[in-house]
Amino acid sequence: MKWLLVGIIAVCNTIGDVLNTAGMKRQGEIENLSPGTLVRMVGHIFRNPLVLGGLGALAVSFFALLSLLSIANVSFAVPATAISYLLETLLAKYVLKEDVRSRRWAAAILVAAGVALLEW
Amino acid sequence: MGRMSLTQEKETATPGAVRKTRVLTLMVVASNVIGNVMLSLGMHHVGRIVSASPGDYMRAFSDPWIVVGVCILVIWMASDLALLSAADLTFVLPVTASAYVLIALTGHFVLHDRISSTRWFGIMIITLGVILAEETPARTTKGPPEHLL
Repeated sequence: MKWLLVGIIAVCNTIGDVLNTAGMKRQGEIENLSPGTLVRMVGHIFRNPLVLGGLGALAVSFFALLSLLSIANVSFAVPATAISYLLETLLAKYVLKEDVRSRRWAAAILVAAGVALLEW
Repeated sequence: MGRMSLTQEKETATPGAVRKTRVLTLMVVASNVIGNVMLSLGMHHVGRIVSASPGDYMRAFSDPWIVVGVCILVIWMASDLALLSAADLTFVLPVTASAYVLIALTGHFVLHDRISSTRWFGIMIITLGVILAEETPARTTKGPPEHLL
């Protein structure tokens, strides 16, 4: 049961992050960090179908995480979601067209490996 | 050639843009750590819930730790989206992974979870990945990915 929940979290995290990135780039970069700007950004999100889809996927991931936290420690549950790191890097390169070179691949692989080690 | 263009892009980022990215990264990491630790404390009080129905999770909201944890995770989500508006996903993912290190350390010092030598090694590897990613430019794309819109 633990690992089924981990799978749901990983897949939904990946879909959610890719949709959110595409949606926020479509919405445009925030100009500053004033509370008014952040509130306006949140308001625009409700008219952004990509981000709404991304948040839906992350909501499924969140409920799966709540279930996982009720049967496992936080130091198992949160690190276990890191399986999505490599998949997200692949999708960012080929779907979001980000410039992913050796240093970013190395960073993603190191983080994914390190997070996997946290489960031991 | 490729490496040179990446370096040039980092150098041309304005100080304001770099500061904005750093402040948002700090907000994302801090709210992630605090929110998840509060959720964990709350779920230990509430007890086991494994269900496909979101309604079953409503009883978790009777616990104040869960309510405050969820509020903080709303801040995390807003700051994460703001960061994604300004930076690549492949920059944001590794850099904000420092939250894993802080969550493991908080789990050890606050929730008294055990950290083995293997897990300490994992913490070191993640930290190295965070440093590597932080050395790359925050954004390598211009405008949104048109083919997705």
